[in-house]
Formats: sequence, structure tokens, C-alpha cells
Amino acid sequence: MELTRRDVLAALAAAGVVGAGAYEYGTRDGPDDPPLTDHETATLVAVAETVYPSAVSNVPAFARRYSAARVNDDADYRTGVREAIADLDRACTSWFDDRFAALEAETRETALREVGAVVAAPDPSGGRGERIRYYLVNELLYALYTSPTGAGLAGLENPPGYPGGDTSYQRGPQ
Amino acid sequence: MTDRTPRTDADVCVIGAGPAGALIAHRLADAGHDVVVLDAGPRFDPAELPEREERAIRPGAGAPWGTGVGEHAERDAYASTGPRSYPLNETRVKGVGGSTLHWQGMVMRLHERDFRLASATGMGVDWPLSYADLRPYYAAAERAFGVAGASDNPFAPPREEPHPLPAFPPSYSDALFAEACESLNIATHSVPNARNSESYQGRSECQGYGTCKPVCPSGAKYDATVHVAKAEDAGARVIDRAAVQRLEHDSAGERVSAAVYATPDGEHRQEATEFVLAAGGVETPRLLLLSESAQYPDGLANSSGVVGRYFTDHVYAGVGGVVDERTRQHHVGFNTTNSHQFYDQPTDGSRTAIKLEFHNYAGPTPADVALSGDAIGDELLDEIRREYGTQVGVGALVEQVPQHENRVRLHPSETDAHGNPVPDVVWSLDDRTRRTIERANEIQRSILDELDASIRWQVGPEKAGPASHHMGTTRMGTDPATSVVDPELRTHDLRNLTVAGSSVFPTTGAMNPTLTIAALSLYAADRLRERL
Repeated sequence: MELTRRDVLAALAAAGVVGAGAYEYGTRDGPDDPPLTDHETATLVAVAETVYPSAVSNVPAFARRYSAARVNDDADYRTGVREAIADLDRACTSWFDDRFAALEAETRETALREVGAVVAAPDPSGGRGERIRYYLVNELLYALYTSPTGAGLAGLENPPGYPGGDTSYQRGPQ
Repeated sequence: MTDRTPRTDADVCVIGAGPAGALIAHRLADAGHDVVVLDAGPRFDPAELPEREERAIRPGAGAPWGTGVGEHAERDAYASTGPRSYPLNETRVKGVGGSTLHWQGMVMRLHERDFRLASATGMGVDWPLSYADLRPYYAAAERAFGVAGASDNPFAPPREEPHPLPAFPPSYSDALFAEACESLNIATHSVPNARNSESYQGRSECQGYGTCKPVCPSGAKYDATVHVAKAEDAGARVIDRAAVQRLEHDSAGERVSAAVYATPDGEHRQEATEFVLAAGGVETPRLLLLSESAQYPDGLANSSGVVGRYFTDHVYAGVGGVVDERTRQHHVGFNTTNSHQFYDQPTDGSRTAIKLEFHNYAGPTPADVALSGDAIGDELLDEIRREYGTQVGVGALVEQVPQHENRVRLHPSETDAHGNPVPDVVWSLDDRTRRTIERANEIQRSILDELDASIRWQVGPEKAGPASHHMGTTRMGTDPATSVVDPELRTHDLRNLTVAGSSVFPTTGAMNPTLTIAALSLYAADRLRERL
């Protein structure tokens, strides 16, 4: 299933990001001054490709646009994302001699597990694994599973937060 | 700076901008009276709805309306010293619109038997009003809210006209339940909802956001800001962040003379001809108790000694599990099928009322599972499909007959941001309520068994919690020795003080109370108009 611009906007709305900024970054990659560096964007895309299921496609555009609009909307969140990426890169460089985004897919998954970001309790002010889970892993999972396509993988094409009308609840499984 | 000074020459001062206060303010302002409304909480900015919605969706994000948390922790401080903990701030919203901002919006009329419970069953007391007295006001309340409903409920009391809007059709999972219930000879029917199945009076039809409780971003769900706006359009003045500290009375002790209220820019004193106390089932008795005087040492309007007594809530009971097919939950955030078959109380008084609800939002959402799981990728999706897809749940509201020992009182030592004693909510469950919860669980389990469900959870007598309906604390009656307000909702002690809201309910049935709150408020507004 392909993640679309509609999915980006739905996920942003579920994250409380609406209005012109959401539209600009969420649908057109925004103006010329992106709120994340190329490396930060590549890392978020790499995390998304690691934690998303194989059934979805167009992950890079979805993760890039969602993350840009999300950090553009919230300076505190932007700081947290940057620090979490730096923490993740430090760990990966120590263990695997390269930053997270440069690792092979299998090694990325190992890295996320080793750093504790798969099982840690998400906590923006917690330890390294807790912060990486909060700012990177869970935020990107939240984006996917509040979007119609992402939640639709589980049979919920009208997830909470998405104004999908008042008829889908009447329909049976497709 | 917002002007929060008093209104001169006010005919009516309404305390509380929830549904009761808003409806009364609108009716009286529309009739040409000068009305001022004081609310302790803020006026919420509609532009912040997306952020509140996010807090509703994101697991663990906290209270969308901010009651009792952060900067409001001290403002909304409370105690709960009774046998069962009462999570007060989770059950209310303080601010313009009141708790309708986070309510679910189910709006049923009480049954005829609810108004004469003692005569019919020996439990509790009778109301001094009958269903027939309130019937036209129920219809008016349904028009005010824009209730979507149908006349397919064989157990409902008689009604004179259809609901203003057509009912929401049943959900896919309702059909599964209906088949199981039919096998068990349990009748199911639609649910009257205070949300628009079609656009109504300038408000949108339901957009399917699925976050009704606690945030409706589209405005399709009725909340009291609708009538706050109508009241303001009719000339009423609504002052937010105006926490009434006490009511003062005249030297004869027969009339309230002023409401003294604290604002961010100081304390003010609002005078009026009539006062309406509509601050909910906890703050209403608390304010009366805080307004003690030499003449009323036990609190204003409390000659009976029952102000704050008989605090009652409905009790939630439920059973849930999973079935071998997909059930399509969480597309909407409201229920579309109920059963009132077990509602009317047996005449032997052996149990109270049970209202069954078939959930359209059983179990976790995909996002809930994703953010709390311990897997990623395809493994996580498998887990989400297992946890989200096949859930079913049957809930119930169970009636509690008001108990004298359950009460709202002033805490002897803890104080709020203004230095006033905080409310102490004392709540317990009596044996009859426990038995009724057990009976509700028994019915619920039988339905899930009929569905061949694997039962995963049960909320029974030990874990049963409140349904966020604060009732009974200024009960209505004809005898000043045993009640606080008369059948016109005026206090027995002070003749220009009306109490509106669920605190006046002598008994509560098991129906969500807001439609009855609205009906009583419109009834009280007519009585006020006769006096003004």
C-alpha cells in the first residue's frame, strides 16, 4: 500500500499540526529552508524504513514530509529529535563504525534493538533508549498508524483523528 | 485586558457555563432579561482543538482540557477520602462549555418509573415531578441539542414527536451483537445521540473523526458552547476565569444578594435579582457550603443538612474479549446500539437499573498497540492485527440508589488556589449496586458467550468505576427538612436561588444525565421567567 500526501496530512492532523505549515511541508516538501538537515532527514527516513512493515511503500517521502512539518511546528520537538539522532549516531559509530543512516537494513534493526529503542518505555526526558524511542521510533510509528493507509493495514481505514465520514463504521471487512 | 467587572442592573446571575447554565442564560436573555454568567474556568480557544485532539489520540498524552493538571492542579485540587477512590478531575471539564466538552453525548430520557422509584420498588425516593411534567421539556431539550434518534426502542417512555434528526445507523459490530442478542431474546435498538447525523442549526454533520470523547473537532457533537454563543447573541454577558468564592444573602436571610467572584484582576461582587447555581454536582454543593454565614452556619440553603449528601454516580460495568472475525472498531467514537431490556427496576427492589451499551470502540487502536508494543516492522503489524482487529465489548451503566453517607463535603485542611477548602468526594458502593453490577456482568458474559468470544476483561464490582455523572447533592423535594430545592428548583431557604443540574436529581436511573439536566434547566427557565 502506497503512503500518499493524504496520509501525511492525516498523520499531521493527528499530531495537532494543521494549517499552512502542515500543507507546505506535508505536500510540497516545503520552502527552501528545510527545518532538518539532509542527514537528519536521512536518519528519520532510515528509522521509518526499519520500523515500518514491508507492506507500505513510498516511505521516504512520507517520513520526510511528516517529519519536516512536525519539527517545523514544534521547536522543543525539533531539539529532541536532533539530540536523539545524535545519540543514535554516537552509539552506531561506536558499535558499527558508521552513523545509523549509513548502515545496512539488518544492522539498523540491530542498532535500534541494541540501543533499547524497541522495548524501552518512551520518555522524552529519560535515558538514551527511552528518548530515541520517544522522538524517533514512536513518533514515526504514530505517523504511520494514524494515517488511513497505515491503520488500514490493520483494517481501520478511518482511524481516530481522520475525518473519514460516518459510513465506514457501518461496513463489514473488505 | 478582558473586562471581568460585574454587570450593573443584572436580572439574573448564572454561575456555571455548562449545559444547565448555558440553556438557562440563553432562554432568559432571549426573553429580554439582563443576564450575566460567571464561570470559574477559561474560555477555550477553538484554534487549539487540533492540539487537544492530538492529546486524545496519542497514548499517555494527558488531559486534553487541562482540568486538574499543570497550572490548574491547585485550582482544581480535591480530596477523595471515602471507601472508593473518586477520580474527580478525570470526570469533569472546568471552563466555558463545562463537561459537555468531553462528554460522549448519549442522550436518553429517564423512564417513567425513575420518577416514582420508591412507590414502584421501595427503593430511594420519588421525584416531586413526573415524567409527564418533564415530557415537553425533554422534547425541547432534544431540539436544543439536535438529537439524532429513532423511535425503535420498545422500552422507552412515550414521546410526542420524532427526534429532530434521524438516528445514526447501526455499526457493523452492532449487527454481530444483534444476532447474538436475538438468540438470547434480548432486544436491541438505536441510541439517541447529541451529535448531528445531518447538519443542524449551522453545525456540521458528523465527520467521523472518532475522537468524540473527549474532543469533537468538527462541532457535530453538541456542547454547551452552542448555547453560550446563543446567549451572548441574545445579550447575555459571559465572564470566564471568574471563580465564585461565596454567595452573600440579605439581612433577613431570605434572598441571595451577591456572588463574590475572584478573577485574574481581582475580586468582584455581582448583584442580581435572581441567582442560578449551575456549577455541577460537586462545585454546586461546595459553593453552598463555602457560603456559610452566621444565619446559615452549616452552609447556605442547608437547613436540611443534606447539601452535599447523596452524592451519586452511575457505575460502569463491562465485559470484553475477542472473536474469530474482524469487528471494525474505532471508526467512530460513539455507540449506535443499546438495550434497555434490563432497565426497569424489579418491583421487589432486588436490583437497580441496567442500561446495556454495545461498543464501537472496543480494545486498542492500531496507534495504541504500535506505541506500547515491543516489536517493529512486520512483527509489529502482526501484533497490531491481533490486538486491534477482533475486539468486542459490552458496557453498562448501573444505577446506584442515593446513599446518605456518600457526599461532597469541605476538606478540613486542604485548600485550593484561592485558599478555600477543597471538595472531599466520599463515595462507596452499596450491596444492592454490587448485586446489580454482577447481574450486568452475567448478561454481558452471556452475550459474549453467544458470540463465541474469548473473554479478556471484565469490569465487575471490585473494579467498577464511576461514569463521570455527578448527581444528587442538592436533591429536589417538597419537604424542606429532607431536600434542598423545591419542585421549581428553588432552594427552600432562599427564594431567589435556583439550582440547575444533576445535583437536584432525587434518584438517578441509569441513563446518561445530560438530557434530563437540559430538560430540567428549560423547565427552571420557565419558572424564572414567571418570577422575573
